[in-house]
Amino acid sequence: MIRLSLEIGQTQKPEAILFYILAPLSVLAALGMLIVRKAVHSALLLAWVMITLAIFYIALDAAFLGIVQIVVYTGAVMMLFLFILMLVGVDAPDSLTENIKGHRATAIVAALGFGGLLISLIGRATLNHVSVGLAMANEPGNVQGLASLIFTQYVFPFEVISALLITAALGAMVLAHSQKSAGARLSQRALSSVRFRGDSLANAAGLPSSGVFARHNAVDVPALLPDGTPAKNSISGVLTARGDVQDSTQYALGSLPKVDDESGDK
Amino acid sequence: MTTAQLIGQDPGWIIAVKGLIVFAVCILLTLMSVWGERRIVSIMQMRIGPNRVGKFGLLQALADGVKLALKEDLIPKAADRIVFVIAPIISATTCFMSFAVIPFTGKVNFFGHETAMQLTDLPVGVLYVLSIASVGVYGIVLAGWSSGSTYPLLGGLRSSAQVISYEVAMGLSLVAVFIYAGSMSTSDIVAAQDKWWYSVVLFPSFVIYAISMVGETNRAPFDLAEAEGELVGGFHTEYSSLKFALFFLAEYVNIIAVSALATTLFLGGYHAFPGLGFTESWLGGWFTLFWFAIKVLGFFFVFVWLRGTLPRLRYDQFMKFGWKVLIPVSLAWILIVATLRTLSLEGAPQAVIVGFTLGIVLIVLAVSSLFDRAREKNEVTARDIGEISTPSFPVPALPVAKARLEDHV
Repeated sequence: MIRLSLEIGQTQKPEAILFYILAPLSVLAALGMLIVRKAVHSALLLAWVMITLAIFYIALDAAFLGIVQIVVYTGAVMMLFLFILMLVGVDAPDSLTENIKGHRATAIVAALGFGGLLISLIGRATLNHVSVGLAMANEPGNVQGLASLIFTQYVFPFEVISALLITAALGAMVLAHSQKSAGARLSQRALSSVRFRGDSLANAAGLPSSGVFARHNAVDVPALLPDGTPAKNSISGVLTARGDVQDSTQYALGSLPKVDDESGDK
Repeated sequence: MTTAQLIGQDPGWIIAVKGLIVFAVCILLTLMSVWGERRIVSIMQMRIGPNRVGKFGLLQALADGVKLALKEDLIPKAADRIVFVIAPIISATTCFMSFAVIPFTGKVNFFGHETAMQLTDLPVGVLYVLSIASVGVYGIVLAGWSSGSTYPLLGGLRSSAQVISYEVAMGLSLVAVFIYAGSMSTSDIVAAQDKWWYSVVLFPSFVIYAISMVGETNRAPFDLAEAEGELVGGFHTEYSSLKFALFFLAEYVNIIAVSALATTLFLGGYHAFPGLGFTESWLGGWFTLFWFAIKVLGFFFVFVWLRGTLPRLRYDQFMKFGWKVLIPVSLAWILIVATLRTLSLEGAPQAVIVGFTLGIVLIVLAVSSLFDRAREKNEVTARDIGEISTPSFPVPALPVAKARLEDHV
């Protein structure tokens, strides 16, 4: 197998060995990506495919492309994907029932068509062509050669694509941005200065917690003040709005039981 | 001969020995740095620290490691078993990989061979380190997710958001170095610093890198991913035994790795301190390793110092700082550096360069004073807000306050 590839192309031996180790792993991971049930596993296998692709690029003397593939796709895009999967919690295996009629058949036809298109295009570009110019392209150095192409001959498409990307990013931000409730939120600094330099120090230690000491500690029972009145601000505003606040006077002690002096401190 | 050509001539056995040495040094440094950190922090906190195992407690980390390895290895029932096992392995393997492109010494004689203590030299060496770091995050994120419990998940999410954000700032801070050195290969960047270190020439870049490297390694004051007050242990809450040890190892190796990169990019790598250049040829070039180690350990000391000094940041402030301060500042700085570099390469007269620099300085001063004034204007004082209506503190009310208490309640 290795000899065959050596004979067909100008592949060097270490490169061929690398290819025959990584290519099956990469294809298996790609298949596994379609087969596994959990979304996160699928994403991980995709990340692995991307990394093997990057290694192939590097082996093909495209060091910059390979490294950028890892930084951008594996490091940023795939990571955001994982992020979303974890936040949304799409863990459960998806059901395989068809919701849209003919969905599966259409998908299979489209996939086959796309695969055929790719194979024919790549075939046209590679078969019966002797690839020349790698050494020429890499002559000033891989990065320098790429840079001089991007910033001279292809500078306009490059700018257009970056404008497109920036527009997309801004669009995403505008769409995802939720309007905050009216009234500016005070900063932590301002709040703390109100708490400690305001007219009274009553707020300094925070709000009282709900419940009546040793009698009832549910969140819907207001705390009792020393004078026996309920402290309304010990209850969450939501409960008050729903009218779910209980009357805490029913838990108040009518009278304190008399403390026996002899059973006190010994 | 450039370092790349020099390394290219290495026979296989030298490459193998070099790889082994790098690995062994990393492990040893981890053990020593755990001990070093605990001792330094204990001195800062007026304690004694570990001093029982071995001379000065030097073997403490080894003893802890053995103890950790002998503990029971738990896998929670709710965990995703495969990913749970893979996650620490990803963390621990990627952290070593960035050392492949770090130049430890200049040209040395290695058992009769002329070579440099650098495993390989890529034309995109620094980007390679960044890419390895971005794969390393997978370990943390997957650990958080696969544990099947809430705190690790939150820790993992925090840490991935943090590392991605600070990687942007870090990458931008490196651009100025690439512009000045005209290369992304680590050995070229070190060679370009034989006169002036980039920490002097490109001081803002150095500051941005130094901040973002702390954020990138999840260390105090940016250790929000394992904020024990909020998230128990963060992403590694459910890990025990050797798997936890691997995360522990990865954290310390990462610290050394980012320190080594900082040394390479900004502190002249293996070059001697200014004025001591004659020492670089001592011991057949091996003395340069000493300079490299001194600088890396200096960075490590700063890491520990930060941990001993600063409290942890609040999460939203930390993200705001990364996106709204570090990234815009480094973008502006790149524009300035690129303009200056082009001016000097195109042979613009000295007066133009000086004028441009002065103009920039004036603009920065004007903007900062305007900013200060705007902030003074917007400063909200207690009097402006008045009393905030809801909170009042009812229980230990003073007898006089009875009337007021009733209006509140």
